[in-house]
Amino acid sequence: MRDVAIIGVGYTKFGEMWGRSFRDIMIEAGLEAITDAGIEGREIDAMYVGNMSGGRFIAQEHVSALIADYSGFARDFHIPATRVEAACASGGLAVREAYINVASGLHDIVVAAGVEKMTDIGTEMTADVLASASDREWEGFSGATFPGLYALIANYHMHRYGTTREDLAEVSVKNHNNGSLNPKAQFRNRISIETVLNSPLVADPLRLYDCSPITDGAAAVILAPAEVAKKYTDTPVYIKASAQASDTIALHDRRDIATLDATVFASKRAYKQAGIKPTDVDVAEVHDCFTIAEIVAYEDLGFCRKGEGGMLIREGVTAIDGDIPVNPSGGLKACGHPVGATGVKQVAEVVLQLRGDAGKRQVDGAEIGLTHNVGGTGATAVVHILSR
Amino acid sequence: MPVPRFWRKIRHRYNLIGSVCRNCGTYYYPPRNLCPTCRRAGKMEEYQFKGTGKVVSYTVIRTPPDQFQELKPYVLGIVELDEGPRVTSQIICDPEEAKIGMRVRQVFRKYTEDGEDGVIYYGTKFEPEDEEYDSGGDNL
Ligand SMILES: [Zn+2]
Repeated sequence: MRDVAIIGVGYTKFGEMWGRSFRDIMIEAGLEAITDAGIEGREIDAMYVGNMSGGRFIAQEHVSALIADYSGFARDFHIPATRVEAACASGGLAVREAYINVASGLHDIVVAAGVEKMTDIGTEMTADVLASASDREWEGFSGATFPGLYALIANYHMHRYGTTREDLAEVSVKNHNNGSLNPKAQFRNRISIETVLNSPLVADPLRLYDCSPITDGAAAVILAPAEVAKKYTDTPVYIKASAQASDTIALHDRRDIATLDATVFASKRAYKQAGIKPTDVDVAEVHDCFTIAEIVAYEDLGFCRKGEGGMLIREGVTAIDGDIPVNPSGGLKACGHPVGATGVKQVAEVVLQLRGDAGKRQVDGAEIGLTHNVGGTGATAVVHILSR
Repeated sequence: MPVPRFWRKIRHRYNLIGSVCRNCGTYYYPPRNLCPTCRRAGKMEEYQFKGTGKVVSYTVIRTPPDQFQELKPYVLGIVELDEGPRVTSQIICDPEEAKIGMRVRQVFRKYTEDGEDGVIYYGTKFEPEDEEYDSGGDNL
């Protein structure tokens, strides 16, 4: 296996983009990444596309071929284009597949893309698609919604560890604060803790402002063998580790419902591959699909001990100027969560941070970054570690 | 849920029938054909659960899917059956009544229906076993 670098990144503005189609946003992100890498396009050998549910969001399957066609790689170059799916972790998995492809030596320049167009259908239908990331027959049948399942985690975490309702709210406040600094974020408004606590209950104890929004968006990163990366850019960012782990599809079958073992195992493998400790991480983009998910992620990624996630947010450790800044992009909560694109956007965002190109949301002197992308309630987790 | 998909597991849903592996002694609900612990060495048999257990965690669903609108708000929980496995189910009680650690027992109830003349989907729900709840919940 050879070392791999990222030579270009791009992502669209996230939000409700009724005037723009699935292919429009994917091409925009791809072009931005190609431009950023300073390549023409013909150098690209293969493409991986993370997409959770083109079939149900826009009634379009075979999106890998569609994107290869509209980005000009199908007609003349006929490059292989492959869609990967792991619910909300589809994007992270696309980056990982591209990484494996380059690391193996099979191809040199490979694109990892992610895209989701979620707002063409109604909210009710969108919620149904998201619920399909869990066990449809034995969770969905009972009336479990996706926020409902994370609410089960939250209630248990609060009961067992004394995590408070305010701790959850602070995650949302922090991520909105960060989102206000990111021109591409869906929500750029700062909010108060009262905004969260007074928002409508969705599934107790989770309220509207504990939930990531429904979002259109696309992202792309371009990978190359590390030994030639400097040929394309002065500021390559290296993939020091790529890891993935699985767990039971249903939350009720987990060893502990307040722990995402897929995150625990993926991150342990990643730290080992990169040869670093959790405390070496300077900046992280983690999967905060709900506020409780970010608190649990702190623990499962090893940023603190089990049960201490609430304390981390309370003490400002994960704020943009804290010891371990988490989600400076605004995270899924404020930057938005186009499910198939999120994992790729996390990697793009950390690349910007490590290069020092993150503008107002720049974390001072970040040298090692981590991304954490989760599918369903934790049946899949993908972790990447990047460095300058 | 499409009717065939529901119908295939109708006995298991109505009667809380799952599986037990006679090799390792682990109980499973919902039913499985393969023991995930023993895999090839497993020896799976059908098992009828006693239908009692306790609430591991719960929530109150305020914004349900369309087909559950008439039930809202409803309590949804993860119940740990006394034989060990955990199941996601509705719990029939007031939202204020629900507690982590609460003892519950199985009841047969309607979940949803496909329109006015359509199929009615029944299944297992849980209700508080009696008024003397185990309020501690620390023995989970
Ligand atoms: Zn067994």
